[in-house]
Amino acid sequence: MNIVVLVKQVPDTWAERKLSDSDKTLDRASVDVVMNEIDEYAVEEALRIKEAQGGEVTILTMGPERAVETIRKALSMGADKAVHLVDDALKGSDAVQTSAALAKVLEGLEYDLVIAGSEATDSRMAVMGALLSERLGQPQLTGARKVTAEGGSVTIERQTDDGYAVVTASTPAIISVVEKINEPRYPSFKGIMAAKSKPLESKTLADTGLDAGAVGLAAAPSQVVEFANKPPRQAGQIVKDEGDGGAKVAEFLASQKFI
Amino acid sequence: MAEVLVLIDHVEGAPKKVSYELLTLAKTLGEPSAVVLGAGAAAAADKVKAYGAEKVYVGDSADFDDYLVATKAAALAKLVTEKSPTAVLLASNAEGKEIAARVAVKTDGGLLTDAVGVSSDLVAEQPIFGGAVVVKSKVQTGTPIITVRPNSTPAAESTGAGAVENISVDLTDADKASAIKEKVVEAKGGRPDLGEAAIVVSGGRGVGSSENFSIIEALADSLGGAVGASRAATDAGWYPHQNQVGQTGRTVSPQLYIAAGISGAIQHRAGMQTSKTIVAINKDPEAPIFELADFGLVGDLNTVVPALTEEVTKRKG
Repeated sequence: MNIVVLVKQVPDTWAERKLSDSDKTLDRASVDVVMNEIDEYAVEEALRIKEAQGGEVTILTMGPERAVETIRKALSMGADKAVHLVDDALKGSDAVQTSAALAKVLEGLEYDLVIAGSEATDSRMAVMGALLSERLGQPQLTGARKVTAEGGSVTIERQTDDGYAVVTASTPAIISVVEKINEPRYPSFKGIMAAKSKPLESKTLADTGLDAGAVGLAAAPSQVVEFANKPPRQAGQIVKDEGDGGAKVAEFLASQKFI
Repeated sequence: MAEVLVLIDHVEGAPKKVSYELLTLAKTLGEPSAVVLGAGAAAAADKVKAYGAEKVYVGDSADFDDYLVATKAAALAKLVTEKSPTAVLLASNAEGKEIAARVAVKTDGGLLTDAVGVSSDLVAEQPIFGGAVVVKSKVQTGTPIITVRPNSTPAAESTGAGAVENISVDLTDADKASAIKEKVVEAKGGRPDLGEAAIVVSGGRGVGSSENFSIIEALADSLGGAVGASRAATDAGWYPHQNQVGQTGRTVSPQLYIAAGISGAIQHRAGMQTSKTIVAINKDPEAPIFELADFGLVGDLNTVVPALTEEVTKRKG
């Protein structure tokens, strides 16, 4: 089974994340960057399916030059090859535009499954699976906590607010996974060495056939008008339990009319 | 005034609270039109009328329940094309966001998710980076498709005309590509939905075991709240993953959030920082959760939480 895994490079959650003052887009240059955490689960799931059934795992990333670091990490986990869509004209693209660009690249690849993380820690929109499914006309199997792929059919357990739904479709299909699905492996030393020589193909906007006027900040259907850093929450009253802790909290709740 | 379409999130005709909130918000932007799809859709018509719906588009085909997301998106997109609404509002939960995404592609609209407010000129306010930054965003081309978080606007009753129009849509094979075979409920009944609850009580590493989560549940029940858990607790298998609050779980914004035995790592804060009032109970006085608590109690949750439950029950009489 051939699988394409979508991997995104994001600012480290532990770093101070900022929007840039000049164009109000995410400042990707001044912060430490990492692989979007849930994407590690997507890579792991693809590797497990490949190890059980054979096939090839391809990493697909759209992002600036430095996203290569993240692609190498995915390769060091065991993916076979990678495609990096990188072009200055793509900067500032919103999710809808990004899906158009990724869909064009996917149309040129052969796969049975596309697997992504359910959401990215920077934008937290959780829509890429649905967007790609819509654009490619291929089934959407998103929010999966379990994936079973057999022959031409794939079944997931989609996590819901109160449990899960069993959803089935035929391949090729667009899957996104939640972190409950597995425990991602750490790259081995051997894997890290091997990753250096694995094929990594760069593609530009021209390679996708999309018009430069259709992507990027200037053409983005949604744009940030303004932003403000929120002042940190002021810490309130802190008291120590002296045997009456429950009553003290209850008093506070009563003073705020919660009880 | 032009129509504002509101996709009603409902369970067999019973709209979720967020749907009433969206109708209330829609009234500030134009004329609210409710769109109700799936089993029980007709039953929801009277209920949404009481919250200001001037029109109610009812599609009660089983296709909306038997297939994932795409069928609802097809119906909503058709209405967008036919009615040229000022905007489309949906609940900012997993399904609402996915329907919105597909409608944005189908209609060449612009997509904004996780709004906590929408002004009359259709500028959406969105907290990002775990609430550290607030952005105001606008759709530049096409119809604005906006998902709004539960608890963003208080729902206000207001009688609308509620004129029902039955709708149908020709679905393609691609729309029906993902078949829902079974829906399994794992959560215990009787508690409000975590995303919508006005009060959330969450437990973390300090709870110590699956069994001990019963004291968190008892406190939540005494307050009529929902139960959440930190990632440490769900990773340990003490509580179901769908109850996880945080960056890789649910984002909640209740009136009251009580964090018991949760240190307050950035991972967790990203999911609850916009709560109106925060109470923290933790035995470590250095725990970062105290930095954002309106009221913090340094103590052992094993004694404090049951005592609090008892006190709440007593006071509520």
